[in-house]
Amino acid sequence: MAAPISLHLEFGGGAELLFDGVKNHHVTLPSQSEPWNMKQLLLWIKGNLLKERPELFIQGDTVRPGILVLINDADWELMGEMDYRLQHQDNVVFISTLHGG
Amino acid sequence: CSAAGPASTMPVPCSHCQKSSAVLRRPKTGHSLCRPCFFWAFEEEVHQTIASARLFRPGETVGIGASGGKDSTVLAHVLKVLNERHGYGLNLILLSVDEGITGYRDDSLETVKRNQQQYDLPLKIVSYEELYGWTMDAIVKQVGLKNNCTFCGVFRRQALDRGAMMLGVDKICTGHNADDVAETVLMNFLRGDIARLRRCTAITTGSEGAIPRCKPLKYAYEKEIVLYAYFKKLDYFSTECVYSPNAYRGHARAFLKDLESVRPSAIVDVIHSGENLSVKEDVRMPVQGTCARCGYISSQRLCKACVLLEGLNRGLPKLGIGKHHRLHEKLLARQPLTEQEERKLRAEEF
Ligand SMILES: [Zn+2]
Ligand SMILES: [Zn+2]
Ligand SMILES: [Zn+2]
Repeated sequence: MAAPISLHLEFGGGAELLFDGVKNHHVTLPSQSEPWNMKQLLLWIKGNLLKERPELFIQGDTVRPGILVLINDADWELMGEMDYRLQHQDNVVFISTLHGG
Repeated sequence: CSAAGPASTMPVPCSHCQKSSAVLRRPKTGHSLCRPCFFWAFEEEVHQTIASARLFRPGETVGIGASGGKDSTVLAHVLKVLNERHGYGLNLILLSVDEGITGYRDDSLETVKRNQQQYDLPLKIVSYEELYGWTMDAIVKQVGLKNNCTFCGVFRRQALDRGAMMLGVDKICTGHNADDVAETVLMNFLRGDIARLRRCTAITTGSEGAIPRCKPLKYAYEKEIVLYAYFKKLDYFSTECVYSPNAYRGHARAFLKDLESVRPSAIVDVIHSGENLSVKEDVRMPVQGTCARCGYISSQRLCKACVLLEGLNRGLPKLGIGKHHRLHEKLLARQPLTEQEERKLRAEEF
């Protein structure tokens, strides 16, 4: 069993509008048999945090193209994306590039 | 393919300096860069764009179209940096438009005002009220919500030019990025608008009548612009236009983002296609003239904004919506319209 982990999630660039306008979320993921990875985190966000129009955040089983993901302030493309194994106290940021500028 | 294996927490080294750990993978090149190397590469590429297209001359006053959004915020920051680093000798000013939509611009204008202080650049805000004699709110009141985006788009397109003329600006820079240009290429292609397709990739547009406009971020990816703003902790504002977004454009953008996720070079590839498309000799191109009333570039006798304004001022808001070119001569001569013509142009349902 993997112990529960706490994460800091941040939504910006307009992505927060899908989360009641709330940018910062401190969340605790429950313990489960396997370690948490990004793929499972996205499902958890969809089931627990997303307030509206999930298709604007998730497409298939990944984030919608145009939403950038940073794990501990680094591009998730450098970290294995969906397979990245989350650690206690990780900081995950989602920034939409799809909103007006 | 990714150098880092799954579940890796090992930092990827910067492919430029080999010292620090990388913070992003660049979509254009696939390089992994650390923060300082990314900042330098991003800024110097914009400088390359500016230098190779000879966008500016020393002593010019350059208005930066500032909306408070990510693109114009990054543009203002980078131009300020490059103006000092490379001695462009430009007089930079932030230029903002207040459409007069209650609640909509408040936050973004606040952002622009903070940018003014953060970057130490002068700021000029011109309002629709000053430019057109109408606020967007007053227009919506007259035309209803259904047709207002026609006004929104046309007035917005001209507002920067009109504001810049008022202020004696030599050139206007806008924050259009590579994704925006690719989207416009695609849109013009989908609409079969050959004239615009040919013009839309030009880095500088508008020479007769209008103030030249340029896009120094033309080759900068949206991803990098957003990450530049994020890592530099630049202050920007994001929102959708409160009045209905354009669904067709939305599909075009989503399509490009899907392509980019499979092949990151798709964005610049589309731009290059647009740049290299040649038009058959016998395709008739519309003649670019200027508006007889305000001097703005227009293929008709009256530009779209002047027609819309005329409609608003005469209480015939539908004048500018749809095709009424036949009536332009009458408007120019300030002749009255017939009862039948007027009936067609009144707002219908409210
Ligand atoms: Zn480096
Ligand atoms: Zn609009
Ligand atoms: Zn005009």
